[in-house]
Amino acid sequence: MPNLTIDGKQIEVPAGTTIIQAADKLGIPIPRYCYHPALPVSGNCRICMVEVEKQPKLQIACYTPVADGMVVKTNSPKVLEVRKTVLEFLLVNHPVDCPVCDQAGECKLQDYYMEHGQYDSRLSDVKVKKEKKAFSIGPTVMLDQERCILCTRCVRYADTITKTHEFGVFSRGDHSQLDVYPGKQLDNNYSGNVVDICPVGALTDTDFRFKCRVWYLAQTKSVCPGCSMGCNITVEWDKSRPHQHKKARVMRLKPRHNPEVNDYWICDKGRYNYHFIDENRIQHPQLNNDLISWEQAIDTVVQVLKPLKDLKRTNRIGVLASAQLTNEDLFVIRKFFKETLNGAHLDFKVSEKPGDSDDFLMKADKNPNTAGAAQIIQVSTDAAQIVQKARAGEIDLLYVFGHDLAALYGKEALYQISKNVKLFVFQGSNVNGSCSYAHLNLPSSVYAEKAGTFTNCQQKVQRIWPAFLPMAEAKADWEILSLISAKLGAPINYKDAQEIFKDIAATISPFSEMTYDKISDKGMVLKNLSS
Amino acid sequence: MEKIVTRHFGQENSHHLDNYRQDNGYEAARKALTQMTPAQVIDEVKKSNLRGLGGAGFPTGTKWSFIPQANPKPKYLVINGDEGEPGTFKDKYIFEQDPHALLEGIIITCYAIGSHKAYIYIRGEYIKSLERVQAAVDEAYKANFLGKGIMGTGFDIDVVVHPGAGAYICGEETALLESLEGKKGFPRLKPPFPAVIGLFGCPTVINNVETIACVPPIINKGAEWYAKLGCEKNGGNRLFCVSGHVNKPGVYELPNGTTLREIIYDHAGGIPNGRKLKAVIPGGISAPILTPDQLDVKMDFDSLKAIGSMAGSGGIIVMDDTTDMVWAAMVAARFFAHESCGQCSPCREGSGWVYRNVKKLYHGQAREHDLKNLPGIVNNIGGNTICAFGDAVSMSVGSYVSKFRSEFEAKIQSTVILSEAKDLKVS
Repeated sequence: MPNLTIDGKQIEVPAGTTIIQAADKLGIPIPRYCYHPALPVSGNCRICMVEVEKQPKLQIACYTPVADGMVVKTNSPKVLEVRKTVLEFLLVNHPVDCPVCDQAGECKLQDYYMEHGQYDSRLSDVKVKKEKKAFSIGPTVMLDQERCILCTRCVRYADTITKTHEFGVFSRGDHSQLDVYPGKQLDNNYSGNVVDICPVGALTDTDFRFKCRVWYLAQTKSVCPGCSMGCNITVEWDKSRPHQHKKARVMRLKPRHNPEVNDYWICDKGRYNYHFIDENRIQHPQLNNDLISWEQAIDTVVQVLKPLKDLKRTNRIGVLASAQLTNEDLFVIRKFFKETLNGAHLDFKVSEKPGDSDDFLMKADKNPNTAGAAQIIQVSTDAAQIVQKARAGEIDLLYVFGHDLAALYGKEALYQISKNVKLFVFQGSNVNGSCSYAHLNLPSSVYAEKAGTFTNCQQKVQRIWPAFLPMAEAKADWEILSLISAKLGAPINYKDAQEIFKDIAATISPFSEMTYDKISDKGMVLKNLSS
Repeated sequence: MEKIVTRHFGQENSHHLDNYRQDNGYEAARKALTQMTPAQVIDEVKKSNLRGLGGAGFPTGTKWSFIPQANPKPKYLVINGDEGEPGTFKDKYIFEQDPHALLEGIIITCYAIGSHKAYIYIRGEYIKSLERVQAAVDEAYKANFLGKGIMGTGFDIDVVVHPGAGAYICGEETALLESLEGKKGFPRLKPPFPAVIGLFGCPTVINNVETIACVPPIINKGAEWYAKLGCEKNGGNRLFCVSGHVNKPGVYELPNGTTLREIIYDHAGGIPNGRKLKAVIPGGISAPILTPDQLDVKMDFDSLKAIGSMAGSGGIIVMDDTTDMVWAAMVAARFFAHESCGQCSPCREGSGWVYRNVKKLYHGQAREHDLKNLPGIVNNIGGNTICAFGDAVSMSVGSYVSKFRSEFEAKIQSTVILSEAKDLKVS
């Protein structure tokens, strides 16, 4: 393997590695516009040029393969000068309209100018006029041609990742313009990713545009709850001015790099699936039409549960858990309904219609934790049967976690359930068709408000982190059950999600040896289930 | 002096096969295919000191020897007839006057490099060239100089004539390959060089029209004879295209190493109307401009390089003392701005910036800082781009500014614009 020196640091890398890849490994920053690790090299922006000993000309780091004994300098006077030069060229026809540009604050032109530019402008000429400014090129993305630096990342993305070929560079010289091909729209399942890879303000997100300046955003690592792929994401939320958008906290979701799951990408369904975090939430416990306190709510549940437990009539309990819940929530459900209330009917899989899927990231199973639920919940009774029992009044308590039963079984079924069971509890984060039929509505937190883990379709256990506090009176699902169990006199005591996970690892063998620290932010695959 | 490439020029029906065959036509190809091994052909061309006459001057035989014979992929020969360099119009004459010389050269070259398919890429505006070359190819197929088992030797060769679509950059060999493949003419990153990964990902030799037309005489008469015609390391004659302020503009076939003075005054008839020479571009618009004191330079690749210019495509553009050098620089800059492909940022943005700057100067709208900045901007393009186009912008436009600085200075607008005058404080 070639051994080379970059800025005095030695590194050994496999043959065929480029200088920029080796420098990235060493944590030596080399500026880049056109280079993106997931895309074919184009070499057009020229800002990554570095000095290679014994080579008369500077070389582009993104394309030049390393060689044994190579000595590279990324910060020699020559290199710093050429960065300035390239920046100056890139700005010749750029509008520098940063104050009204949505990219400001996360723009590589701004960043590199502050780091490597800082020259007095020599640009006094009229700029080349491009055709399209603030131009919609599809349902989710806006194009601004004059801000485009023609790095062709989006072109290569659409050519090699989605293979949908929407983009081209038209005309030539400084009249070159990025555009979609005539008659085409940027409208594929992964359109939004072009906004992330665009290093400047040329491609912006129609959904996010002008909603929030990026410097107000906080970032929290998470996992997309939109399907069983479990794409790694960052929840970006307004930490200081939510009053600017009706108290909505989450402003956008961004993909988070995980080479084993989603690489740098997420689908548009997942990307724009965040409004539910701040909208249409169940905010307070509610009994029939009355807002009640948590204490009253817990009492209401315990009043029904206690006699069933004491009289060993736990078979009069039906529980529909959900694969939307975290492993930690599900583990407490298991402890409560399978141990404390052993004999209750329990399932987590309702017969949902398969959703959209493709051969890339989108999976038909729209639950983020089906694999985890399958490990943790031992199904005792099929969900349809539980619903049937509830309709027939064969159970006294139906406890539903998040499912929209109206959509699944129809309103008539819900009406019967509401009439025939003693207590119909709906515990969930958002209002849906079940709520108006449930006797008791309990507000639970959404994924962005809690810690925990999901197990994706690759059997990979991945962590989520709480971005902010639960909305209003909402609590994590496991916390609510803890409160009920305590009131019932059979407390399930956990300090936090991490403590629950320790118990999961100790109890369920595929999780053994896992800890939050080990899972970290890249995930860990369940231990071989057969061994 | 012995004419080689132009030996049939001006003859009636010089473009027809019959005419070409009367003068031993296709006998060099027969000799190569029947009496020589491919290695011997390459060796002969190496010894002849034939160099790439498109402008780069790379030794032709050496280029051929880079083709990896062990590579199982097909090998291609591509003839670069895009001839877009302003001041250059020699390949056009070969296409029109003696297309069979080119075809015979193609046969020999294909045999030498183990190729069975050649593409002739002809500048799209050259309608007559396209017609003549296609007609010659058709004739050659009919007479079995092209096609299956040519001349009874068992060697197969197909030739495709392909018109360009009007971009100067497609004369850059890798942009030409992209264009041939049906893509936008953008130069490729190098390495790999075309000899390893060229057309359709296969080993490819790309040669200029004139270069290949020189091959049959070399095979016929031998490398030694050819090498002797020129000067050291520059074998044979060259076609010099003389245009601009001369009495007899045209294409002149002269030995490599002929002085520029001889070409202009003895062959092209000197400067008209008794005026004086002011400047000469020696090798197409990309070549740095020369001044009258440099007229004794020998016109070969090495001598011109030694004085900071280049032999380039052999396009000699002569300017007399009525020429406004700022105007000349603007014309060159406009050409580069118009023809930059736009792929990489220094050239895309820089060529237009340079043009606008020089244009302002020419129109008397520039101020001191514009001229002060110009050399720096021009310099920043060269050396930082994907292909040599950027270098051409730098060298060409830069040479006008450095050699005729006083003319540029004279154009600077004297008016002070208040908002831009840093030393004028408004109280």
